[in-house]
Amino acid sequence: MAADTRRESDVSRESDARHGSDAGGSARAAEPRTLGPIPVPSASRFRPLLGLFVPLALVVVWHALVTTGVFAAYQLPPPLRVAKTLYGMAASGELWGHVAITLQRVALGAGLGIVVGTVFGTLTGLSRTASDLLDPLLQSLKNIPSLAWVPLFLLWFGIGETAKVLLISVGAFFPVYLNLSTGIAAVDEELLEVAEVYDLGRVESLRRVVFPAALPDLLVGIRGGVGLAWMFVVAAELIAASQGIGFLLSDGRALARPDIIVGSILLFAFLGNCSDVAVKEVRNRVVGR
Amino acid sequence: MSSDADADVTPSSADGVDAATPTGEADPDSSTADPVLAVDDLRKRYDDTVALDGVDLAVADEEFVAVVGPSGCGKSTLLRVLSGLEAEFGGRVAVDGTDVRDGGSDAVGMVFQEPRLLDWADVRENVAVGLPSDVDPASPPARERVDDLIETVGLDGFAESRPDELSGGMAQRVSLARGLAYDPSVLLLDEPFSALDRLTKADQQDHLLDVWEERGTTVVLVTHDVEEAVYLADRVVVLSGQPGTVASVVDVDIDRPRDRADADLVALRREVTDALGR
Repeated sequence: MAADTRRESDVSRESDARHGSDAGGSARAAEPRTLGPIPVPSASRFRPLLGLFVPLALVVVWHALVTTGVFAAYQLPPPLRVAKTLYGMAASGELWGHVAITLQRVALGAGLGIVVGTVFGTLTGLSRTASDLLDPLLQSLKNIPSLAWVPLFLLWFGIGETAKVLLISVGAFFPVYLNLSTGIAAVDEELLEVAEVYDLGRVESLRRVVFPAALPDLLVGIRGGVGLAWMFVVAAELIAASQGIGFLLSDGRALARPDIIVGSILLFAFLGNCSDVAVKEVRNRVVGR
Repeated sequence: MSSDADADVTPSSADGVDAATPTGEADPDSSTADPVLAVDDLRKRYDDTVALDGVDLAVADEEFVAVVGPSGCGKSTLLRVLSGLEAEFGGRVAVDGTDVRDGGSDAVGMVFQEPRLLDWADVRENVAVGLPSDVDPASPPARERVDDLIETVGLDGFAESRPDELSGGMAQRVSLARGLAYDPSVLLLDEPFSALDRLTKADQQDHLLDVWEERGTTVVLVTHDVEEAVYLADRVVVLSGQPGTVASVVDVDIDRPRDRADADLVALRREVTDALGR
């Protein structure tokens, strides 16, 4: 599973790069057009909405498949039913508790993972010895699937919040560590020579040359880390939780309520996407040049 | 502010008495000529290859010296040694009487072949990299000095620009301003114009002369361009290749401003070219 999720984060990184070049292209093409006195908004402004087109079409197909009886309603509920269930839970207030606790776990876990990943990434990026000592171990630990950690974490930390947050932080740690470590180690030798010639000193050259140069890598790592935090929160909540979206998911299975299952999955997709967009926005602001 | 710093440099080197230099250990060679830069019997090898073999060079205060040689003759290695980027070498290299291994390299500024700017930082921040490490770049005098340097290299109005908004020639001038930022005793330039087109190159050369005359900096320019060397320098040191040794030294006693087509200049160009064995 971890392998899959990692591939998933790679894909998102690629699509991101493509998106960047698209944006550049459309910005160049965007010349103000007018229709008589009325300015016509350029087509590129609506481009992001294109991404909604396929999901909406899928919902229509989904609806059609269920109503025509291709899928039985107990296996796949119609989209309206899922919407109604979610709406009902939101109206009764039940949903918000689940969403809030899941968001809290992801935020704490991702935050912890990012901090620890930054520390280790800096250490191994700067010191060849630290890298030789730690990197082989961390590289093999990263291949352990999230679900494999669960029994151990339950044994060590019980079924409370600590176990969940720590499990999520394990997921968030690796992309941050890997990207930052490589980023720091790959800082242009020529710039380091500049820092040396001008006697910036260790601390100043880190602050003024190394960290700014590796910042884009750190942000890519954070984006991957937040993505993996969402993968790991499911593992944490599926197994030992009485609240959270993951709990809702397993509860839906226990109650044979496919509308709850599908609704939870959609919630994960929605929230995960929101956090990804937010991290991407932060990155564009920081690195946007 | 720059004139103050210039004044700091002049007494020690011009009068030949190390009254102002705090270097406790007076070296025997500098007592007679007291060059700003003294290279004695410099030998440098990388594994099996000998890059420099017994190079001697003395550069006086406010002198402009060009070092030419075929590629692979160790020109750049020479500058790397002078700037303190090479920890191990044989012989003695001193700036202002202090060995480069004992911090003498702190007194040199370096302009690399490529601008080597921080591409996330604006021009002001890039120039500030060259300020002495005990100066807070945010302090008003430091800021004033950086802006003054930006003006000196003709980039007023570009202080807030990023390197990717500048042309190649402009980026190289940012690098020059950075090299001047702590009023170096010696400014080293490693083929700084080799990546520029012919017209820009001529402009930048004249610009460098202006800055040199205005600020009275001592300059060592490494280049493979004989025309450039003869046009700019007071003295041209010809290195012969593999291993690098000084083949000859050609004095250019022609008043500035020089005409690139001047007959004497053309004759000297030929002399340097002959010395290169071409």
